[in-house]
Amino acid sequence: MSMRPRNLGERMVYFAMMGITYAILLVVVYIIADVVIGGIGTISWEFLTGSPRKSGEEGGIWPVIVGTFYLVIGTLAVALPLGMSGAIYLSEYARQGRMTRLIRLAIVTLAGIPSVVLGLFGLGLFVIFLGFGASILSGSLTLACMILPTIIVASEESLRSIPQSFREGSLALGATKWETIRRNVLPYAIPGMLTGSILGVGRAAGETAPILLTVAAFFLPSLPTSIYDQCMALPYHLYILATQLPDMTKARPMQYGTALVLISVVLGFNIAAIVIRSYFRRKYRW
Amino acid sequence: MAQASQYWKARLIRYLFMAAAATSILIVVLVFLFLGRESVPFIAKHGLGAIFGGQWQPVSFENEQFGMLPLITGSILVTLLATVLAVPFGIVAAIYIAEMASAAEREIWKPVIELLAGIPSVVLGFFGLVVVAPLVKEVFGLTSGLNAFTGAVLLALMAIPTIITISEDAIRNVPQSYKEASFSLGASKLQTIWKVTVPAALSGIVAAVMLGVGRVVGETMAVMMVTGNAAVITFSPTESVRTMTATVAAEMGEVPFGSDHYHALFVIGVVLLLMTFGLNMVAQRVLRKYRIG
Repeated sequence: MSMRPRNLGERMVYFAMMGITYAILLVVVYIIADVVIGGIGTISWEFLTGSPRKSGEEGGIWPVIVGTFYLVIGTLAVALPLGMSGAIYLSEYARQGRMTRLIRLAIVTLAGIPSVVLGLFGLGLFVIFLGFGASILSGSLTLACMILPTIIVASEESLRSIPQSFREGSLALGATKWETIRRNVLPYAIPGMLTGSILGVGRAAGETAPILLTVAAFFLPSLPTSIYDQCMALPYHLYILATQLPDMTKARPMQYGTALVLISVVLGFNIAAIVIRSYFRRKYRW
Repeated sequence: MAQASQYWKARLIRYLFMAAAATSILIVVLVFLFLGRESVPFIAKHGLGAIFGGQWQPVSFENEQFGMLPLITGSILVTLLATVLAVPFGIVAAIYIAEMASAAEREIWKPVIELLAGIPSVVLGFFGLVVVAPLVKEVFGLTSGLNAFTGAVLLALMAIPTIITISEDAIRNVPQSYKEASFSLGASKLQTIWKVTVPAALSGIVAAVMLGVGRVVGETMAVMMVTGNAAVITFSPTESVRTMTATVAAEMGEVPFGSDHYHALFVIGVVLLLMTFGLNMVAQRVLRKYRIG
C-alpha cells in the first residue's frame, strides 16, 4: 500500500526514519570496507601458507586456518546428525505433549545461553570431568552445543515446508513412516536443512569465547595430529594479535589480514547458504 | 512375525529420533549441573553474600577479594547504554522495513541484517579498538577511548539485528484490517503506523528488545577488547568498566585449577546464566501470550 506523506511535517518524519534506517546500512558497509581495505594488502601467498613468526607480528597464519578448519569439521560431525535427527523428530514424530514442550523449552534456553557460559560448561564437562583436556574434541563438542539450536530450528522449518501430500501419497501406497520420511520428505528437505546448518557453522567459525576456554592455543610449533591436540583458531588469533602483543600498532597489518580472512570465512559460509537457498528454491516448486 | 518386527523397528526409529531431540534437554541440564557443581565450593566457603562485595581483587598476596558488585554494575552499565543506543535504531528500522520500504528495498535489507549479525564479535571488537575507541576519545576529549560507551556502541550493533528481525515480524503480523480501519477514518500512513500498528505490535517489540538485551548481557569478546576492564563501581559512560563476561574470559586462562578464584569465575557464570535465562523466559512468554490472531 503506498500512500504518499501528506504534508511537510509528515514528509520530514518519513525521511528521518529512512535516514535512521540507512545509517545502519552505512555502518555495516563501513565496517566491512574498513576490514577489507585494511587487510587486502596483507593477503599474500606467504601470509596464507606461512607460519607466524615473532609472536605473530610477522609471517603467516596457515596453522590458524587449519585449526579453524578442524574445529568446523569437528563441530559439524557432532551437531549435524544430532540436530537433523532432532528436527525430524519434532517435525515428523512429535505429538503435542509434555515431552515436546520440554524439548522446545530446552532448545530456546540453549540458544539463549551466552557463549562464554557455554565455554565454562565445556571446560567443566569436557576438559576436566571427561578428561579430554584442552583439545579439538572439547572445543568441537562445546561449539556443537552452541549451534545445535540453530540447526534444529532451521531443519525443522525446512521439513515443515514439505507439503503434507508428499507424505500422504507415500503412506497411501503402503510405505512405512520411516520409508516415507526417507524417500519422500528428506530428499526435498535436505537443501533447506543444510542451509540452516551452514549459517550455524559460520557462527561456530567466528566464536571466540567458547574455544578460549576449551581448545585454543596462541602458538603451536606443529599442526595438530589428533583430536586430543590443541589447535590455533582465527578468532582467537585475532584477539591475541589485537590485545596481547607488546607493540600492538606494529602488528596492525597482521591484525587486519587475520580479520579479513576470518570475516571472509564466516561471511563466505553465509553467502554459500544464501546461494544454495535460492538455487533450490528455483529448482523445487510446489 | 514379520509384522511384529516391523512394529519394533518403527518404534526403535522413533525412539532414536526422540533421543536426538532430547539431547538439547540433556545439554541444558548438564550446563546448570556443571556450573552449579563448580561454583558450590566458593559459595560454601565464602557465603552467598560474597557476591555482593564491592572489590574484585582475585590475585593478591595478602588479601584476595571476590566481590562481584563491580562486575555486575559494569555489565549493567554497558548493557543499559547499549540498549539506549540500539532501541531507537532497531525499532525505527523495523518499522521502516516492514511498513515503508518498497519490495526491492526489503530484498536488500534481509542480507544486510544477516551480514551484520554474521560479523564475528572479535572482528567487531577489533574494529572498536582501531576505529571507534580513538573516535570516542577524540569526540569526548578523554585520555582513553577504552570505556563503557565504546563497548556499548559495539554491543548496540550486535543487538540491532535481533531487535529488527523480531520487531519486524511482530509489526507485519498486525492484521491488515486494523490498518484499513484506521485509513478509513482518515488517518494518514504515519498516523496509522504510530497510533495503530506499533501499539498493536508493542508486545512483540518489547520481546524483541528483551532478546536483544539478552544477547548484549552475554556478549564477551567485543566488550573485553574495548571497555578497558577496570573493575570499579561506576555509572559514568566515559569510565573504564569490567563486565562479568570479560572477567570470565580474561581470567579463566590463568587461574590455578580448583582455586577460590577458579570457583569464583564459575559463580559469575551462574549469575550470567540465570540473568539471560530469566530474560529469555520472560521474552518468550510475552511473545507467546500476546501474539495477535
